[in-house]
Amino acid sequence: MSGTHGTPRTAGPSAGDVTPEATAATGESGERQPALDAVTRRAREVIPEAGVITDHARLRTYECDGLAHYKVTPGLVVIPETTEQLAAVVRACAEHALPFVARGSGTGLSGGALPRADGVLVVTSRMRTIREVRRDDQRAVVEPGVINLDVTRAAAPHGYYYAPDPSSQQVCSIGGNLAENSGGAHCLKYGFTTNHVLGAELVTPDGDVVELGGLAPDSPGYDLLGTVVGSEGTLGVATAVTVRLVRSPEEVRTLLAGFASTDHAGAATSAIIAAGIVPAAIEMMDALAIEAAEEAVHCNYPAGAGAVLVIELDGAAVEVEHEFAEVERLCREHDAFEIRVATDPAERALIWKGRKSAFAAVGRISPDYIVQDGVIPRTALPEVLRAIAELSESSGVRVANVFHAGDGNLHPLVLFDDAVEGAGKAAESVSGAILDLCIGHGGSITGEHGVGIDKTSYMPRMFSDEDLDTMQLVRCAFDPQGIANPGKVFPTPRLCGEVPGRHRGAHPLQEAGLAEVF
Amino acid sequence: MTTATVDEAARRALGAACDRVSEPTADDHVDGVRPGLVAFPASTPEVAEVMRAAAAHGLAVVARGRGTKLSWGRAPTRVDLVVDLAAMDRILDHAAGDLIAEAQAGTPLSRLRSTLAGAGQRLAVDETVPGTTVGGALATGASGPTRLAHGTLRDLLIGVTVVRADGVVARAGGRVVKNVAGYDLGKLMIGSFGTLAVVTEAVFRLHPVPAERRFVTVPVADPVDAGRLTQEVVHSQVVPGALEVDLPATGPGTLTVLLGGIPEGVRGRTRATLDLLGDTATAAEEPPVGWAEYPWPTPSPTTAAGDDRATALKLGFALSGLVDVLRTARSAPAPVHVRGSSGTGVVYAAVPAGTDPAAVAETVGHLRGVCVRHGGSAVVLDAPAAVKAVVDSWGPVPALALMRRVKDQFDPDHRLAPGRFVGGI
Repeated sequence: MSGTHGTPRTAGPSAGDVTPEATAATGESGERQPALDAVTRRAREVIPEAGVITDHARLRTYECDGLAHYKVTPGLVVIPETTEQLAAVVRACAEHALPFVARGSGTGLSGGALPRADGVLVVTSRMRTIREVRRDDQRAVVEPGVINLDVTRAAAPHGYYYAPDPSSQQVCSIGGNLAENSGGAHCLKYGFTTNHVLGAELVTPDGDVVELGGLAPDSPGYDLLGTVVGSEGTLGVATAVTVRLVRSPEEVRTLLAGFASTDHAGAATSAIIAAGIVPAAIEMMDALAIEAAEEAVHCNYPAGAGAVLVIELDGAAVEVEHEFAEVERLCREHDAFEIRVATDPAERALIWKGRKSAFAAVGRISPDYIVQDGVIPRTALPEVLRAIAELSESSGVRVANVFHAGDGNLHPLVLFDDAVEGAGKAAESVSGAILDLCIGHGGSITGEHGVGIDKTSYMPRMFSDEDLDTMQLVRCAFDPQGIANPGKVFPTPRLCGEVPGRHRGAHPLQEAGLAEVF
Repeated sequence: MTTATVDEAARRALGAACDRVSEPTADDHVDGVRPGLVAFPASTPEVAEVMRAAAAHGLAVVARGRGTKLSWGRAPTRVDLVVDLAAMDRILDHAAGDLIAEAQAGTPLSRLRSTLAGAGQRLAVDETVPGTTVGGALATGASGPTRLAHGTLRDLLIGVTVVRADGVVARAGGRVVKNVAGYDLGKLMIGSFGTLAVVTEAVFRLHPVPAERRFVTVPVADPVDAGRLTQEVVHSQVVPGALEVDLPATGPGTLTVLLGGIPEGVRGRTRATLDLLGDTATAAEEPPVGWAEYPWPTPSPTTAAGDDRATALKLGFALSGLVDVLRTARSAPAPVHVRGSSGTGVVYAAVPAGTDPAAVAETVGHLRGVCVRHGGSAVVLDAPAAVKAVVDSWGPVPALALMRRVKDQFDPDHRLAPGRFVGGI
């Protein structure tokens, strides 16, 4: 099952249902009522009244994240204002072995913040103080609910910015970014969240508060922080995050190049990389994605283009100027039939507008669509795009392609109309086949959206049982009871045995075949 | 020197697991602890066989590349078996178009460098100790000047194959730069000193070799001067590839800015850097003496002839703490030579061999105090046994309890490099 986004037209009577395979991962309401009641009482003791939600209608406003196809009404919603409040609720969950799910702004695209019907949704939206901007140290310390773009806004007066820029950066939170190891268009040059987070105050699934990393790099001991970033809320909840601030570049230059086909655009991309140039971003859109963007935002991309590239360079002015000329030359050499160079911020914004609106724009040409997030080695791009085109042709399912061409992160948009009998199934089948293509080419099932609940069933195709079992060792160290966002990331949780402390071999219950997840 | 003994049954099992197993020589000791046996597996499956045999017989295991940093950390409490990975020295893949390379753990960084250079590419880490292997660099989390522009191994490692203490082979990450599927076990392995698993293969993202490099060096009179100029450079628009301070125990030091990239860009940024640093700054095509080397002699002379090691420290701190850290080094009871990445707040410090252990311990205390005050840490990477006996090598480690739980999961019997890491792990 893959993530489906739709326009309001998809919101039919069945939209509130959770798919059968998801139910086991999200719990049933009423299942742990005594524990839920006890944690609710504790939450009311420590959190101001408005931050404890039990009313069913209000609980439902938290029933999904950015992957709206999956919906589960949480058993309880808490919105703490401090680390202490948040830790107290998690501790209560630990005492009663009650599942909890952390949520930032709820913009995730893999259902990572899908609530548990039998558990607590811990919302960090009221922890949104930027505690410090330390220019001399090139750091900021922020709370998890702080919006990504607000970090950059706070740093900008000092000549700095926060580099990871997921396309939802105007609304997504730093806590969510940390959980998902969010990327963005510019991670080709600057890396992902994990490369920009230096420290975190973490509430562990036991409810303890620990400091991981800090202002300085290379803290002694295991790099637990590096493990927590991208763990999708399964190892705890970050309540403060120390991030690296990056010097704002002296010069930024952006161009838009139109090509006859994705093959030509792909060849130009390869030539740029081979020339030793590392652009801040190289984004590609194919004809169908361009059509959608035109209809939605009238971005006026080159008419008749089979593909466009959006290429951005940044850095020292003298360097950018020369590399930009080289990029233009390479685009022409690979048959770009039109090149537009942004000469001011307004023109740059217009170039980016088409790209950034692409997902939403697809709603203009299709009632429903599935967005995938697979990654392939960049050189496999032409081959994989041809295979996707063949899949599309043989199945009659249209696929629009928008992607980060520089690092091979595809975002195929599989279009369908749920009102047509069997269309959803056909789209899912194409979508799954695309992920298999990525895995077959040595790639990944997700480059930046996360596994969440959406892609757990694909994990065994990418990793062996031993690989997954080894990852579960980390889970068992942090979360022996398996209460932190259970059902996400991993298809089958491991029984952790007697913890903490030393143990050997399989747990007796496991051996006897009596194992329960909780 | 203590010597471990390995019983006959364990010897037979190891002999069956691995083609090449030998008695230890005098050079095989691990920081003074002599192992019972040395195994030389040549592949990941063979490492797995060895580890299964070691597990079955309860053997304590230390993994080794070329052994250039084997005395780093604390001396292990026990070593029955050294697993030498020098035979695993193949570069498994170099996909130039994808800017990735995969190498076995025993591959020397120097060979990786020469192979990748053929395609105009590089793994953007420094070979700070000659002879360092991929696995050794990962295990110790070694870093040098390049970390300012490209980060450390944790920013470059994209996939890893490990053999667990129980002999299970596991992989994490993959062969693509952008990948968020599953836990990032690679980061957990980096800097873990071989206490969680044996890394056997690693996949890295690569960078282009800059077409041109310039080193702009300026003398600095004292810590204040070094601190002021460091701040000038990091907040400027010269986009430094590295920013290194080198301050001997007495007298003036230097600050060096590395500028790398296309010739036109490097020329322009070199001019801007010279303007920034003033009249005494000079530009050169070659790195200054000591570039990308630690301020202590390497490899550490720890042979049977005597323990002539310097005390080697790694200091981390928030950037604004640089002046305080350098001042503390200057005023410490023992002479301290500081060299490292002033632009990232990670420098290395050396106290000469032969210094009175009590004075070294006091010096470590002062340095640790100032680093912790500035949000960082001070770790004694290596030292003579007499110094290790009187200092806390790792210092305070937040979240140690959680680290112990991770260790207990991966190595429940505490057989991997026991005692070498933080908190006696």
